[in-house]
Amino acid sequence: MESSTLHSNEDDIASAVVRHQEAHGAPHVPASSVRMSLIDEVYARSGVNVRTCYQCGKCSAGCPMMGEMAVRPHVVMHLVQRNQRAEALSCDGIWLCLSCETCSARCPKSADPARVIDTLREMATETNPGLAPRAIGAFNKTFLDQIRSKGRMSEVGLAMQFNLRSGRLLQDATSMPALVSRGKLKINPPSMRDIDDVRRIFANVEAATRDARSKGGYR
Amino acid sequence: MARIGVFVCHCGENISRTVDCSGVAKALADHPGVAVSMDYKYMCSDPGQNLVKQAIEEHALTGVVVAACSPHMHEKTFRRAASQAGLNPFVVEMANVREQCSWVHEAGPATDAKAIDIVRTIVEKVKNNAPLETVRIPLTKRALVIGGGIAGIQAALDIADGGAEVVLVEKEPSIGGHMSQLSETFPTLDCSQCILTPRMVEVYQHPRITLYTHSEIEAVDGYIGNFHVTVRKKARSVDERLCTGCGDCQAACPNRKIPSEFDAELGTRPAIYVPFPQAVPNIPVLDRENCTLFKGRAKGREKDLCGKCKEACLRSAIDYEQQDELIDEKVGAIVIATGFKLYTIGREQPEGLSGYPEYNYGEIPDVISGLQFERLASASGPTGGRIVRPSDGTVPKRVVFLQCIGSRDPEKGISYCSKICCMYAAKHTMLYRHKVHDGQATVFYMDIRTAGKGYEEFVRRAIEEDGADYIRGRVSRMYRDGDTVKVVGYDTLAGEPAILDADMVVLCTAIRPHKGNKNLGRKLSVTYDQYGFISSAHPKLRPVETTTAGVFVAGACMSPSDIPDSIASASAAASKVLGMFSGDELEREPTVAIVNERTCIGCFNCEKVCPYGAIEHIDVCNRDNEICGHVARVLPGVCQGCGTCVATCPSKSVELQGFTDEQIFAEINALLTW
Amino acid sequence: MSLAYYPGCSLHGTAREFDESMRAVADALGIEMTEIDDWSCCGASSAHSSNHLLGVALAARNLALAEAEGRDAVVAPCAACFSRLAMARQEVAEDEELAASLPGILERPFDNTVDVLNVVQLLLPYAESIRELVADGPGFSAVGQMKVASYYGCLLVRPVGVAGADDTEVPTTMEQVASACGAQPVAWNMAVECCGGSLSMSRTSSVVRLGRAIIDDARRAGADAIVVACPMCHANLDFRQVARAEDGGTVPVIYLTQLVGLALGIDAEKLGLNRHFVDTSPLLVELADRATSAEADAAAKAAAKATRAGAVV
Repeated sequence: MESSTLHSNEDDIASAVVRHQEAHGAPHVPASSVRMSLIDEVYARSGVNVRTCYQCGKCSAGCPMMGEMAVRPHVVMHLVQRNQRAEALSCDGIWLCLSCETCSARCPKSADPARVIDTLREMATETNPGLAPRAIGAFNKTFLDQIRSKGRMSEVGLAMQFNLRSGRLLQDATSMPALVSRGKLKINPPSMRDIDDVRRIFANVEAATRDARSKGGYR
Repeated sequence: MARIGVFVCHCGENISRTVDCSGVAKALADHPGVAVSMDYKYMCSDPGQNLVKQAIEEHALTGVVVAACSPHMHEKTFRRAASQAGLNPFVVEMANVREQCSWVHEAGPATDAKAIDIVRTIVEKVKNNAPLETVRIPLTKRALVIGGGIAGIQAALDIADGGAEVVLVEKEPSIGGHMSQLSETFPTLDCSQCILTPRMVEVYQHPRITLYTHSEIEAVDGYIGNFHVTVRKKARSVDERLCTGCGDCQAACPNRKIPSEFDAELGTRPAIYVPFPQAVPNIPVLDRENCTLFKGRAKGREKDLCGKCKEACLRSAIDYEQQDELIDEKVGAIVIATGFKLYTIGREQPEGLSGYPEYNYGEIPDVISGLQFERLASASGPTGGRIVRPSDGTVPKRVVFLQCIGSRDPEKGISYCSKICCMYAAKHTMLYRHKVHDGQATVFYMDIRTAGKGYEEFVRRAIEEDGADYIRGRVSRMYRDGDTVKVVGYDTLAGEPAILDADMVVLCTAIRPHKGNKNLGRKLSVTYDQYGFISSAHPKLRPVETTTAGVFVAGACMSPSDIPDSIASASAAASKVLGMFSGDELEREPTVAIVNERTCIGCFNCEKVCPYGAIEHIDVCNRDNEICGHVARVLPGVCQGCGTCVATCPSKSVELQGFTDEQIFAEINALLTW
Repeated sequence: MSLAYYPGCSLHGTAREFDESMRAVADALGIEMTEIDDWSCCGASSAHSSNHLLGVALAARNLALAEAEGRDAVVAPCAACFSRLAMARQEVAEDEELAASLPGILERPFDNTVDVLNVVQLLLPYAESIRELVADGPGFSAVGQMKVASYYGCLLVRPVGVAGADDTEVPTTMEQVASACGAQPVAWNMAVECCGGSLSMSRTSSVVRLGRAIIDDARRAGADAIVVACPMCHANLDFRQVARAEDGGTVPVIYLTQLVGLALGIDAEKLGLNRHFVDTSPLLVELADRATSAEADAAAKAAAKATRAGAVV
């Protein structure tokens, strides 16, 4: 396996899921959100009818991350078809997905696995943020916090915050000087003038989402 | 004054469980014009029919209403009974109180009231029924079969053996169709040509079969029993009467590198050629598009650039000046047996379909189609039956077969299952293993669909005895990797990737209809489905009839079919034709449209909307007997009684017999009045 | 056409050479583009996998700004930003309810009128101009000696219908631009495979594995350089592959804009070619050598021909 110091403190996502489940029991799914079957909820959120999937496996065959996933794209689709909510929202496949869209581009049934996986990630984040493996959850959270506070992403800030959150204190640290010497890292990148404008979008989206969910809608 | 008899049937308990049948009969007894009204447990039984016959005689009835089931069930029964009692059958009507009342409602006064309403409307209609006569049509006892593949051959032989004459028209230079290209056939692995060529010769020698090859249907006119067909016999550039099929012209042709259609472009042929040694007729055809002489003429060269074939022909049968010939044939029935074509995975696709970029659009030379594999495996093929790679001629040791290429792939434009691929893929693995003993055959499949006699056993044999590997999953991508083809798939049963290096890949491509089907369908007023397959009149009950009377259909032009299916449907179509030919005239129900020629304004909107081509133009003459205009007339033999013309006519000059405006308005009035 | 420029966060940070070369090439080709004033992050993959509406809204804010500035189109050189902006534009066009809700969420008018272009789409119509400008330059340019593997990755070809490539699996648009520059595109197998971009930080081992396969295939195909149009791909192939360079050879990874800039005779440093982790200078020296010897060969051949012709006369 890769042994370079740059990525030695790798988090094993599959075992992270297991660890999480051992620590917290089965994934917690609030009763209020179980008002329709998983397949119908995925449809309501994404417009994708997972019933069209006939399990040919072409998505998994072309998936670049297939070898690293325990639950592969066509199995994710199957879990949705079987209404296995807890399993679908906690499987490693949805977090290892790169959103490269190869599966959806080649799907003979237009069943759009990439969109389904994206939707499952969104649902998992809403249901229980702890469902995301630590590294990936940390990355997404750090990224969004950055945008909320600065309006733009600063790579130095992102990397430092991310390493703190994910517990990989030294990842990429050795490459910092190289990046600086190439003029690629600005410690204080130019920020936006009207950051409040972006913060209002976050607030409005949160309000709209809360409002929609309380009315039983997903869009 | 009308004297109507009303007969209410209990249908065992089917009607009487929810409808008060005797109450209905009593209510109708008081209805104006009703002479007699009664109910009975089974009106369609012999005693029930006798009640109707007796009442007709005793009460001198002018019309009969049977309140029972749908007219589809028993209208014919009661019309026959009435006719035996001396009443015109077309004044007998069914009032449907079963499907439209007792089966769909709970018992109660409202249900009884609805039943009474239904019967009353029909009584009012029958008061306006006119006695009609069955339409009689003359009949030409001669059949046209379009397409000379196995289905067309079977239909032609069955009809001709039954005693009728047959005109068989084939587009290609030889009959035989796709079956002649196959090496062996499933599930018996008998040689395709060995069982086919005797049938081809039989067609050629049959005294009642006229064969036109290299010919197409130019135009079709007329109607059931009386079709006029124009056949375009394309110029062959060879005089069929003089040619002996010696092959000297082929040997003399200098232009020999033309991809052979018969060998699925794996082999080559000269510009003048017989497609394959057993071709029927064994007469060459000159491919003018690829002929040096004709290419020169097309460019305006004054002096011919070649003439080798003509020089070589000792019988002087080569005729460069030959023209297309139009031949008129009169037939009474038509069988469509145009067969199928195959999906190709290339970049260029017909409208509505797309290719397989993820498989590099089939641009890798050692990725071939199933039909190409047939030619490689065939003793008459370009390699003499040696299975080798097109790229370098070596024997492939690892062959991968991909099923459902195009089929069951709505993204590429085809949703249906092509039905034969599971079987021929299994056959291919066997043929391959029988020829390359140390070779490995692997099949990627989604489901194995082998419902047919001996079919499941055949696939199991391929797996269990001939060692074919079956992997359940679709392949995501293929690309060239040095000398081999990288096949990136997934084994959904093992839950593991299946990434294989193949020496050759065979694509089991989908069956598609000929694009000519739509054109032919329009010429014959026959409907086709969304893909272009010819539609049956009814998918279950009338599988080999079409929406046009007198036009039948057989084989893979309806839907993907294997050889036994094609032959069965061809024989079925032939028996339908022979049944039609069993009398001297044809009888048709008189529920057809008629035009009032006095009020018709000659706009011919009816002609535009008629799905069956049943409208003809007739001349209108003035007092001096000069033609002064045209009006429409309905051909009773063609009209199917759909009523579209009635709805379209701006001058209200068309009426549908049995469903006239008076009859319909009387029904509506009945609902409003009582 | 009034064109807006959306650099995005990466082009102000680790991918600044993409920004530099983009601006230099636009200047050379006479493409006028104006940076969107006070643009914000497009949301990247983190926003839409956490909350779909947030992903659309963050991207739409920038489209709304460009719209207010009166632009017809916006070019987003970063393929990830392009994908988010183009996705948002398409979703809003297809979903009336979403379209109606956005002005309220953004707190500004938004009619979704601005077209979104990636760098390949922007340069493709200029292929002929590039070809002419290259023809006017020195007869044997270094770029003319360069074999390139055009790497599209995901976001320039997928999702189908959003990315705007000519073909999802066998695209040719980048090759067309590269050919216009005089470079020779190689046939290879990894042009549309994913480099692992979205897990670059959170699961580095996967990214190294995926990048490796791409680099190996480019080498096998005989490419002198991999041409990209995405900062994520660039980081994964350039920065991450240096981390694994112990097995020997490397392949320089350059932006499409840098290739065009070189062909147009723009100074390598101005194009930021010095900022890559895989050193590009040996390649530039080697290409120059090849150009010189090709020129000498051609001269020798011409001389020989002249001699032969003279002998005949």
